[in-house]
Amino acid sequence: MPDAISFRSIRKQFGSLRALDGVEFTIQEGEFFALLGPNGAGKTTLISILGGLTKPDSGKAEVMGFDVQTHYREARRNVGIVPQELVFDPFFTVRETLKFQSGYFGLRNNQNWIDEILENLGLEDKADTNMRALSGGMKRRVMVAQALVHRPPVIVLDEPTAGVDVELRQTLWDFIKRLNEKGHTIVLTTHYLEEAEVLCNRIAMLRQGKVIALDTKDNLLSEHQSVRSLNIRLSGGNLPRGLHNKLISKQHDQYQIRLSSPEELEWVLAEIRVAGLQILDMGLDKPDLEQVFVATMRRHDAHA
Amino acid sequence: MMRGFYTLFIKELMRFWKVSFQTVAAPVLTALLYLLIFSHVLQKQVQPYPGVQYVEFLIPGLAMMSMLQNAFANSSSSLIQSKITGNLVFILLPPLSHFELFLAYVLAAIVRGMVVGAGVLAVTCWMAPPALQHPLWVMVFALLGCGVMATLGLIAGIWAEKFDQLAAFQNFIIVPLTFLSGVFYSIHTLPDIWLRISHLNPVFYMIDGFRFGFFGVGDVSPWMSLCVVFLTFLTLAGSAILLICTGYKLRH
Ligand SMILES: Nc1ncnc2c1ncn2[C@@H]1O[C@H](COP(=O)(O)OP(=O)(O)OP(=O)(O)O)[C@@H](O)[C@H]1O
Ligand SMILES: [Mg+2]
Repeated sequence: MPDAISFRSIRKQFGSLRALDGVEFTIQEGEFFALLGPNGAGKTTLISILGGLTKPDSGKAEVMGFDVQTHYREARRNVGIVPQELVFDPFFTVRETLKFQSGYFGLRNNQNWIDEILENLGLEDKADTNMRALSGGMKRRVMVAQALVHRPPVIVLDEPTAGVDVELRQTLWDFIKRLNEKGHTIVLTTHYLEEAEVLCNRIAMLRQGKVIALDTKDNLLSEHQSVRSLNIRLSGGNLPRGLHNKLISKQHDQYQIRLSSPEELEWVLAEIRVAGLQILDMGLDKPDLEQVFVATMRRHDAHA
Repeated sequence: MMRGFYTLFIKELMRFWKVSFQTVAAPVLTALLYLLIFSHVLQKQVQPYPGVQYVEFLIPGLAMMSMLQNAFANSSSSLIQSKITGNLVFILLPPLSHFELFLAYVLAAIVRGMVVGAGVLAVTCWMAPPALQHPLWVMVFALLGCGVMATLGLIAGIWAEKFDQLAAFQNFIIVPLTFLSGVFYSIHTLPDIWLRISHLNPVFYMIDGFRFGFFGVGDVSPWMSLCVVFLTFLTLAGSAILLICTGYKLRH
């Protein structure tokens, strides 16, 4: 069985800027995969290469085993991409737009599937509205619909929830989850990390065109399991000096303290007791994806 | 197999048809104005061919000029609009072949040219009913001429990144080529040097061949014109397909 997506030493330069610097990883069929990274990391560039919108300087990308350049027609038939930029054709209605998009993929009688998509994305009553007259979030839904008209085995969503209300996020993710359960491979980028944490089973983190983390979500989270933080409220004075290099944040009498290992907890509490401070409230934080993300990015800043 | 082509072709037709007031009615009106003004000013002075009135002579030239300009405008403006608004991605992401893309844009632009041409002939023929001696030549040159300009429009649309670049292409290449091609005069009335220069202009052959179809006379043989126009088309079509294949300015 071929990989749903494979990237082999992809390099892409814009002038002197290295947008992608040897990206290499694969995504299996049926995965729910998140591509994370700060602004400018190269996520959109990588997705553009997958869709044939951008040509890599070197390296190879494949969709379901088809090279995106030498077998571009098969590759494109197998992938549906929702671009990050909000774009639309102001000449046509929602239904016309989706009919045309079906036709470009060689599909003739796609009415039932188009209706199903419209219904699942809450667009039924907008079907005959001109694209120009839709709100931003509605246009975003149509873009998702356009990427799905040909029932692609691989679905790539580049920040589909930017500027979208809570309700659509729910409906969109419910729909995408159902597609994933039916066997579609899903790749998404998002800056809402809790979204990725809930939905995805594997994650790649990109920074300055390089993959700096690639693992299952569970592994990434448990790798950072030992790194917890202690939230504590103190009275009777300031945090002892010895704990200052462990301090993550401070608000009034609230301190967040990094624990590199669970054993450190006792030592921290001892320091506080020795300083004669009183503990008003206290709790431990489990790391979430956001903390893992921040920690991973920071580690690489330190190395760079 | 050609479903993708067919869809893009229909979409391109609908795109100009939905705004046909600007894309068809406006150029027809412009041509009518040209005809009224020039025929009024020049009627008495000029007799381009023996037995052919200036108005009769002018009508096919104006029709052809409108066809050529609108064929160019259709493919070029559609592409540049899609590029600037960004919705070209919806055409770049599907598995349309390079040739399907080429054919859809060019054929739709040819249709626009032909519709405008038919419109110009329809509103002007009452002034001097056209002779129409060789309808086949008329059709051949109309189609080929529009094909050349549609392809040139495609190339310009691919090349241009802004509307003003496209406008420059139109003002500095298309307009001079069409105006200096013998739309308003027979080039045999020109001084020798201009006559020679006119013979280097492919648009001259399109108009001369088209006019031959009406009057059975022209400045050069229609076969000669056919050769020039056909070779021009092949060269441009080859270049356009090459640009699409390499993804020049479309796929970065
Ligand atoms: N066409 C282009 N010309 C020049 N530079 C570009 C081009 N496209 C992208 N870049 C640059 O390449 C880098 C990667 O951009 P890209 O859009 O892939 O980032 P991203 O990870 O998607 O960021 P974001 O989260 O903001 O969407 C950026 O520094 C960007 O400025
Ligand atoms: Mg991006």
